[in-house]
Parts: sequence; structure tokens; C-alpha cells
Amino acid sequence: MQAEQQQYNYDVVKWFAYMACVYLVIGTGVGVYIASELAWPFLNFDNPYISFGRLRPVHTNAVIFAFGGSTLMATAYYIVQRTCGTRLWSDKMAWFTFWGWNLVILSAVITLPLGFTQSKEYAELEWPIDILIAVVWLAYTFNFIMTISIRKVSHIYVANWFFLAMMIMVTYLHVVNSLAIPVELFKSYSIFSGVQDAMIQWWWGHNAVGFFLTAGFLGIMYYFVPKQANRPVYSYRLSVIHFWALIFGYVWLGAHHLQYTALPDWTGSLGAAISLAMIIPSWGGAINGMFTLSGAWDKLRTDYILRFLIVSLAFYAMSTFEGPVMASKTVNALSHYTDWTIGHVHSGALGWVAMVSIGALYHMVERMWGTTMYSVRLVNLHFWMATIGTAVYITAMWVSGIMQGLMWRAYDEYGNLAYTFVESVAQMHPYYAMRAVGGFIFFLGACVMLFNVTVTIRRAIAKPSAEMATAANI
Amino acid sequence: MSDHNSNKPVTFQEKLEKNIWALVLATALVVSVGGIVEIVPLFYLDTTFEDDVHPEYEELKGVRPYTALELAGRDIYQREGCYLCHSQMVRPFRDEKDRYGHYSLAVESKYDHPFQWGSKRTGPDLARVGGKYSDAWHIQHLRKPKSVVPESVMPNYPWLDHATVDGPGMEKRLRAMKALGVPYSDDEINGAAAAVEGKTEMQALVAYLQVLGTMVKFEPGRDYRD
Repeated sequence: MQAEQQQYNYDVVKWFAYMACVYLVIGTGVGVYIASELAWPFLNFDNPYISFGRLRPVHTNAVIFAFGGSTLMATAYYIVQRTCGTRLWSDKMAWFTFWGWNLVILSAVITLPLGFTQSKEYAELEWPIDILIAVVWLAYTFNFIMTISIRKVSHIYVANWFFLAMMIMVTYLHVVNSLAIPVELFKSYSIFSGVQDAMIQWWWGHNAVGFFLTAGFLGIMYYFVPKQANRPVYSYRLSVIHFWALIFGYVWLGAHHLQYTALPDWTGSLGAAISLAMIIPSWGGAINGMFTLSGAWDKLRTDYILRFLIVSLAFYAMSTFEGPVMASKTVNALSHYTDWTIGHVHSGALGWVAMVSIGALYHMVERMWGTTMYSVRLVNLHFWMATIGTAVYITAMWVSGIMQGLMWRAYDEYGNLAYTFVESVAQMHPYYAMRAVGGFIFFLGACVMLFNVTVTIRRAIAKPSAEMATAANI
Repeated sequence: MSDHNSNKPVTFQEKLEKNIWALVLATALVVSVGGIVEIVPLFYLDTTFEDDVHPEYEELKGVRPYTALELAGRDIYQREGCYLCHSQMVRPFRDEKDRYGHYSLAVESKYDHPFQWGSKRTGPDLARVGGKYSDAWHIQHLRKPKSVVPESVMPNYPWLDHATVDGPGMEKRLRAMKALGVPYSDDEINGAAAAVEGKTEMQALVAYLQVLGTMVKFEPGRDYRD
């Protein structure tokens, strides 16, 4: 353990991992608040800084970039060192990414409530922050690639391929989608307009999902599932095929967000067609992860960290089935613009991204601090809160989304629209309340995790190092 | 990694796994294809915009840049995150025609930097809201939505009454738009500050809402998408 501590740079990983736990609490907390605003609008309190339209980007940026980003940086630095048998190429550059990324997050928390926004979903941050993101991201990517280039083993492990694809694609996406002409320090106009801007935005938007939130987290899956289960990856061949198919295919999907719009029909249809095909590479990954447990399924009875990882794969398989269904033109005509989309996003974001991250974070905390979790029962409690919270959330959104879609298109016997728009809004109230409750349960689980992780780390630090070495039972 | 066979010739995949620079290059190429195929043609295919397909349709020439006041309103629309709950894109379905009006055209947002099509209808689509309600209704609705639509979940926007639009700022913004290719005349740019003089943010936002979807006067019976 001591040797490992010296050989690898765990300090920067520790900080990113701990901040990920903090940002999970903050990001889901803001999410619960804005969900409550939709159920009980008085919560906007006539205050511009917490009105729904300004706070919603705080939620999305906090969960995607603060929580997701910190998790990706922690795990990428952890995995690349351990699978390459070498220390990070540059410690200084790694610390630069830590402080730089947290500065980005701080800037977001300040500027978004003030109304500084490019108004492109998940790319709201204004141009000076975008430049900082690009610099930090390139430092992260460069350090990662250079660490691989000085590796002590001959082959590059599969988890690293996924991280690499994520880093390269996010660089393309962020740079192109953020191209804008500044007019003030925190005001700019996109250089693209209308139909082209829409296509570029959703090329970014869907690949923020496909690469930032999928390829990167598949990298996490490919390391932590085999590690925690203590089994080799089920199939090497499958991982090769699904890697190339996934990174090639995902890029095309953005157009399915714009079906039946003023985007030319060929583009939307192309996006829909590739979306249907994407179920194959997506399930390739899910199967590869789940079958890694072949012969070791009994571990799920006792290993709560493994439960997070395996349930995340179940949600991943479900979301990547739901996605192609929603991308098909007939279903999309109903589901687009409704809460079904929000439900779909959260079955992926809570069920897959957060769960796989939580499993990885617990694993890393035990390993890096050379200890076991302070309370296994609290890990189990967290598991059930996360699972139940996610299930309640997505069920509420399925019902409300499909109901909206059906009400909007319903006609009465005289050939008039059966419902006014606001009648559909009124019908949503119970489901908006239910969604807030589901989110709140998930948020409480995140609080339990932060408490458990904090106590675990404090106790590990308090222990003399000799004892720590014997405690490192893995 | 167990099913490697050392007797087989080295595959391309194995070469990539042993050479990080080759892997970077291959990945960078593979992930660039989809975006290039779907995005680049939109900039040069003459089927993207309806006025290229039907140059004889005079009504499509009605699309004009926003006035300084409308643009100020549009900036407020973005600032308040209106696009997160309101789409501006009517799809070609019977119910959307009955509820919102004619389906949206690409030309109608050609000067929209950035686009505001949105992705969610927590509230109704606004692509053709212009002219549907009076200015007084909009002002009352923005101050307190529930006072005119009791079931609404929209926040109140009382602060829009208390702030005025920054005149010199609008001149800079029009100039930036012109740099992006929006055809503003010098008179419009130089007159921007005077055009918004003393106007509240509320007035600007309402001016923007009232122009939405009104620039093209549709000819009945014409098909704008082939």
C-alpha cells in the first residue's frame, strides 16, 4: 500500500473523488428544488436568481460537469495509472485540472443564476468560462495520453480506449458548439443560426450524453466491474466490436432530437435510423459488463458496491433500449417535448451514470485510503434509496410524459382539440410532486454517501499508517 | 484479454492497442464522420431553406432581422431561460396546426443566433404567439401568470418592470449580429440606442413575443416542405 501510494499519484484522485461526492449532493439538491418549483410554483419566490429558468442550468451543469466531470477525472487518473503501471505523466498538470475544473464549477454557480447564458442546453456557460473549460479539458486529455505513452505494459487496457474517445469527442463538441462572437464579458451570440445552430447544438447535446456520460462511464465500468467482482472481462472480442461501433454510431444521433422540425427530413431520418441500430453496440457493453459476473453472481448477496455497478448496467440496458424506441419517428411524434424525455434522461443519469459512479467511488475510497467503508449498512441503505428514488422518478415522468403527448393530440367527437394546453399542465401536478419525492429520496441517499465517505476518510487518516497497511485487505 | 493467440499475425486492432498515437488518430477519425456528414451539407445544400427551393414564394422574403427592441427582448428571453419550458418549433401535425398554427419553416429562424427552438413544452409552444394576445395581456401574464391562467406553473417576472434596456449596449449587439451576417443597415445600428431609449425590459420582451411567427404571411394551400 505504501509503495502503491508512492508509485501512483493518488492525491489528486482523492480530491476529485471526494469533490464528486460533494457535487452529487449539491447537483441533486438543486434538482429537487427545481422539480419542486414545477410542482409548487410559489417556490420561485419572485426572486430572479432562483427562478426555474435560471436554476435549471445550475442543476444540469452541476450534475453533468461538476459531479460527472469530477468522477471522470478521478477515475481516469486512477485507472490510467493502475492499468499502465506508471505514475501520471505530470502531477502539476493534474493539479491544474483539479483547480481549473473547480474554478469552472464555481464560475457556473455564480454566473448562471445571474442570467449569463448562451442558452444552448448543457452548453450555457459564457465564452470566458468556455475558454477555461477548453484549456482544462486539453490538459486533462494531454496528461492522460502522455501517461499512456509512458506505460510499463504493452497493451492499452480497454477502459482507456473509452476514456480516450470521450476526451477527443468532447474536445470537438465543446469547441465547435461554443463558437460565438463576444459582445460583452458575459454575453455572446452563437456564430451559427437557426437550422444549422440547432443541428450543431444537438450534435453536442446528444454526444454530451453519448461520450461524456456514456463512453467515459463505460470506461469506468470496464475497470471497476471486473475489479470489484474479481473476474476478467467477459469477452475481449465483444469489447473491441462494441467500442468501435459505439463511438462511430453515437455521433450521428443528435439529429433525432430534431425530427419533424425545420431541419431537413434527410438529417432527422438518418439520425433516427442510426439510433435504432445503436441498440446493438449499447447492449454489447451492457452484456459484457453483466456477464463478467458469470460464476460469481452470489457476490451480489453480500457486496453492496457490486450491486451499484450491476444495477447501473441494468439501467443502462433499459435506457439504451428506450432511447432507440423514442428516436423512432412514430414514438418521437408523441414523446418529443414531453416529460417522457426527462424520464429517459434520468433513467440514464440516475440509474446508469450516478450508480456506476457511486460504485466506483466507494471502491476507490476503500482502496486509496486503505480501509473499508465506515458503515456497510449505510452503503446498503444508499443502494436502496438510489434505486427506489430513481424508480419513483422515472415512473412519474413516464406517466406524465405519455399523458401530455396523448392530451395534446386528442380530439373530441366534433373534431376540435379535446384539451386546452393548460388542462394538460393541471393534470401534471401529482406527477410533478411524485417526481420531486423520487428525486428527494435519491438526494437523501447522496447525503448518506457523503456522510459515510467523510467518516471513512477521517478514520483512515486518524489511524497510524502501519495499521492502515494491515487494513488494506484488497 | 484471455483469447489472444500469439501464433496469429498481429491484427490492426492489436497494433492500435500497442501504439497510443495510432489509437488517438484512429479514434479521432472515427468520431468525426457522423458530425461531418450531418452538419456540413446543411451549409451548402440548397434544399435546407425554403426560399432556396421556392424563390418565387414572395411571402418567404418577409423574414427580417429583429428590431433593436425585439432583440433586447430576445436577449431577456434567453437570460430568463424561457427556452427551457417553451419551444419555438411547430411540427407539421394536425393538432399542432390547430393549437399553434402553421408549421415552422427554416427561413423563419435564419437570423436567430442562437436558435430558440427548445426541446420541452412545460408551457405551450411560442413560435406563433405573436399577435395572439394583447400587449396588456402579456404584461399582466408576465407579472403574475396565475392571475390570467390560474393553473399555470410559470414563475412571476416582476423584475422586468423595474429594469430598462441598455441603449449603447444594444448598438453593440446589433453590430455583432451584423458581423455574423444579419443584414442590419447602418441606420438601424446607429439608431439602436434611441429605439430602446427609456423602454423597460418588460416592453422589450413583449415586443419580441409579439413578432414571433408573424414575419411570413402564409399563402393558403401552399406546401413549403416537399
